[in-house]
Amino acid sequence: MKPLEIPTMDMTSKEVMRRIEISGDMLLNMGPQHPSTHGVINFLVQTDGEVMKRAIPEVGYLHRSLEKIGERCTYNGYMPYTDRVDYITAMCANQGWAMAVERLLGITVPKRAEYCRTIACELNRISSHLVSAGTMAMDIGAVTPFPYALREREYINDLLEELCGARLTYNYLRIGGVAFDLPSNFEEKLGTFLDHFEKILVEFNRLITYNEIFIKRLAHLAPIPAAMAIDYCLVGPNLRASGVQFDVRKDLPYSVYPEFQFDAPVGKGEVGTVGDSWDRFWCRCEEMRQSCRILRQCLAQIPKEGGTMAKVPRKIKLPEGTEAYSRIESARGDMQYYVIAGAGENAYRVKIRTGSFTAMGIIDVLSRGLMIADLVALIASLDVVAPEIDR
Amino acid sequence: MTFEEIHQRLAGKFGAAIGPLAPANKDSFAVVPAAEIVAICRHLKDDPDLAFDCLMNLSSVDWPKKNQIEIVYHFWSYAKRHSFILKVALDRAAPAIASVESVWKAADWLEREQFDLMGVQFDGHPDLRRIMMPDDWVGFPLRKDYKEQPSWHNITTTRENSLEGYVRLDEFRKKVAEAASATAQASGAAAPTAPDKDAAAAKKEVLQ
Repeated sequence: MKPLEIPTMDMTSKEVMRRIEISGDMLLNMGPQHPSTHGVINFLVQTDGEVMKRAIPEVGYLHRSLEKIGERCTYNGYMPYTDRVDYITAMCANQGWAMAVERLLGITVPKRAEYCRTIACELNRISSHLVSAGTMAMDIGAVTPFPYALREREYINDLLEELCGARLTYNYLRIGGVAFDLPSNFEEKLGTFLDHFEKILVEFNRLITYNEIFIKRLAHLAPIPAAMAIDYCLVGPNLRASGVQFDVRKDLPYSVYPEFQFDAPVGKGEVGTVGDSWDRFWCRCEEMRQSCRILRQCLAQIPKEGGTMAKVPRKIKLPEGTEAYSRIESARGDMQYYVIAGAGENAYRVKIRTGSFTAMGIIDVLSRGLMIADLVALIASLDVVAPEIDR
Repeated sequence: MTFEEIHQRLAGKFGAAIGPLAPANKDSFAVVPAAEIVAICRHLKDDPDLAFDCLMNLSSVDWPKKNQIEIVYHFWSYAKRHSFILKVALDRAAPAIASVESVWKAADWLEREQFDLMGVQFDGHPDLRRIMMPDDWVGFPLRKDYKEQPSWHNITTTRENSLEGYVRLDEFRKKVAEAASATAQASGAAAPTAPDKDAAAAKKEVLQ
């Protein structure tokens, strides 16, 4: 084997630390095990007293080489790994992969399976937003909403457990459909949950979203203008909070989303500046309500009969070099899979572009001039999930 | 605008530098020379009809057979709601290309990732250093001929096989039976109280 040519390194992390140190400021390592970082991320914080000059994100602690693993697995065999890309919204990560391979194969998924997928994904979106909203409140000092959010998430976990047997890493979707049909009584249970949850959302908004202390803490904090959000490629609720009307489910419709009536909430700067941390929080709360709307329509419209799997060859082999690109709206926004087919039964290259990864890139710029305590709120409001950054 | 229209518009500005659109049926892309990438990207962003305000994805593909590393740019326009794909082929021995960080800020982290995992040098990048792997890691994991170093700072990167020394149950029974018969033959009928044999017999009992 020919030795690899190694490009020269302009700068290493040690070099960055050294430069900060000689500037005379204080250098703090926030993380990698800091509770507010939602996983294993390190922030190199350069501060002058309590005001930050800069916070440099250091990621990679959870790098599992999922893209490389994708080159070694069969297309079906990679599905459980996609759960681990984003363990809080595993269903959406499943769907992105399934859609990319279905696009390569040219399969149409049966209608009932698409509805099962939508139900699963929207339930998962609610549970993800509940974790995000609950932990964000907890990070900035309000501990009470967190168990409230987790209690509701437990119902969803139970529902999803009935659906696919797992509570976190579902592996529910298959290429060409879903693994199981809805269990008996599932629709009634889901209906009961929605009746209960819609009331809880009102309560949750009263408890925390429109809480005066909460608003004072988050309004005007780290606003992201729309142009900047696009430039840094923010996606999902973070982008919409900045006032950009874009939702993959609405603008590039996939699956059965064109059949539903729902809104993509956009930040309006109701209590502060457009695109501030409160707007991002509010967007997620509002999205949960919209997901409930979608779920209700799912229950009303789901075809009573029909298979849950399309005809898929047992061994998936694709013409070498063909490529596909899939975009779905995960809870953290536009999630994209870029797949190039290999000669055998596995892919030649898998690239996963996730919302958290690009969201991390903006923290360095936004943190300049913030207080250290506000960095915690900023990270929480961007809703980054560490495994999704590193993959 | 469709892919064809965007392609025509680009070809009108840059002429032969923009390669033909291929493949025709699925997500098509155009290959462009590395030297002009920044000018093309700048035009893609600034042209009011194209208005590609977002670099959606930047990935790279290793092709050892062609001796190339391909950089793939996925563009998206929030203003016009259209997308486009460009590819650049680089020499595999020393892959280097100009950074588009000056055009889209999102390229900062996306390029760092490809630098780290694929070993592509992005000239003009403000902060080009490893992002996922440690600074002193050797090699680029996403290359096809990548071999992981056996250890890093005395931390081994391989794990012992927990199945090593594992014997299948039927083989284990056979072994026990063989051992029992061997000891029976060796010692004859007399003095059968060797501790080895006791242990073997006890194991046999447990297994049966």
